[in-house]
Amino acid sequence: MCRLATVIVVTSGKGGVGKTTTSASFATGLAQRGYRTVVIDFDVGLRNLDLIMGCERRVVYDFINVINNEANLNQALIRDKHVENLYILPASQTRDKDALTKDGVERVLGELKQSFEYIVCDSPAGIERGALMALYFADEALVVTNPEVSSVRDSDRILGILASRSRRAEQGDSPVKEHLVLARYAPERAHRGDMLSVEDVLEILGIPLLGVIPESSTVLQSSNAGVPVILEESSDAGAAYGDLVERFLGKELPQRFVTTQKKGFLKRLFGGS
Amino acid sequence: MLLRSLHFTHEEPLPFELKGSLFTLTILHLFQLDRAAIERHLAEKVKQAPGFFNNTPVVIDLENVVESQDGWDFSGLSEALRGYGMVPVGVRNGSAELQAAARLAGFPVLPESRSAGSAKKPDRADPAPARSRIVNQPVRSGQQIYAPDGDLIVVGTISAGAEVIADGNIHVYGALRGRALAGVKGDLEARIFCQSLEAELISIAGRYRISEQIDTSDRCKAVQIHLAGDRLMIDHLTR
Repeated sequence: MCRLATVIVVTSGKGGVGKTTTSASFATGLAQRGYRTVVIDFDVGLRNLDLIMGCERRVVYDFINVINNEANLNQALIRDKHVENLYILPASQTRDKDALTKDGVERVLGELKQSFEYIVCDSPAGIERGALMALYFADEALVVTNPEVSSVRDSDRILGILASRSRRAEQGDSPVKEHLVLARYAPERAHRGDMLSVEDVLEILGIPLLGVIPESSTVLQSSNAGVPVILEESSDAGAAYGDLVERFLGKELPQRFVTTQKKGFLKRLFGGS
Repeated sequence: MLLRSLHFTHEEPLPFELKGSLFTLTILHLFQLDRAAIERHLAEKVKQAPGFFNNTPVVIDLENVVESQDGWDFSGLSEALRGYGMVPVGVRNGSAELQAAARLAGFPVLPESRSAGSAKKPDRADPAPARSRIVNQPVRSGQQIYAPDGDLIVVGTISAGAEVIADGNIHVYGALRGRALAGVKGDLEARIFCQSLEAELISIAGRYRISEQIDTSDRCKAVQIHLAGDRLMIDHLTR
């Protein structure tokens, strides 16, 4: 392995905005493009990632077992059945977030760095221990937001925590690289002013936009089927995740699922000039 | 009944207990020991605000009294003060002779207060300029930044749900969407400057306005905010 592994946290603050969907598709996309990738479920006690990735019936050991030295990594890692190069480290459903110790997480990440290029950490909602542990060791962050004021504010809060309480912040290293993922976007509703527009969200959060994922019924179908939506390449959401991964890897692609807005929600609300 | 049972668990009820507490007291800074002059001035003061000093506990400060006199008549002064409604409760500072006389008249000598002793004197000796605190990162929701003793300069934007506080002025070169509190130690001259006023709350020296009370014509504008009397004024910045 010539390059150092990159730890990427997928986080949001608010729940239900598409963190796990994004983690599953992002990790799958990286693996599809040939990168050895592992995705870790940090939502201890509310294990979901395995369902979205369709591997729930193959979970034997989990992340907490590895932290507690009750199992080794090879026993706990689940090989993905859809794409090569992808492994899943599931959360424990029977424990709670207190089982995530900083030393334990650091040791497991250190071991994973030996054999993977990308380590994707699927953060739980909130700003408590689980979320803090998921982002603490991150090099980069995908901040998932919906075009809705409370979601944007919670993302703003998470960005503040990334900038002040991550290991990079504490040790004075270069800051965690931030990327915005705007999920569940409906251009026509944003155009009508029912939801925030891309521009509104970017103005509030002020971080680079990695991708806009359109609202799509395919997301729900593929979640229930246990297939990451990025594999549904003919769907809008799947294609948007494909573009997102390409952009993350350095390709410049235009945003496909956005129409330009004349007047956004914020401007209507405050009657700005 | 519940309270009684909680408090009096001993067989014999306690007659009292001692506790420390802090009070705000009026200080009478005495400049001279001329009783007649003191009484004249007292009468004048009370005439300006009748009833204002009724039952007001006062501490007599002797720091500025240059003359010293053995056995000065503190009882007489006490009577005079009581005549105008004030209740002297003690003395502080002053020469050893004056303090002895005060003790003799039954007054406790109070220790020098900290603010007078340690904070005031270095001020005069060392007028070092207050330092500004500069913040280069955006201030995100949930973050709180305080600049003690000086100005706070934020290069970026202050998000909704964030709070910036300064003893001096606050300068924001991005949008101000959270709360900004300038002059929190009471500096009436403190100001807030921002490139786009979208704040949840603005405050100077304790006078504040919430978002609702900010006129739409001031919203999203580059402004400076200052006090005029007790009123927060919002002036547009023109280029």
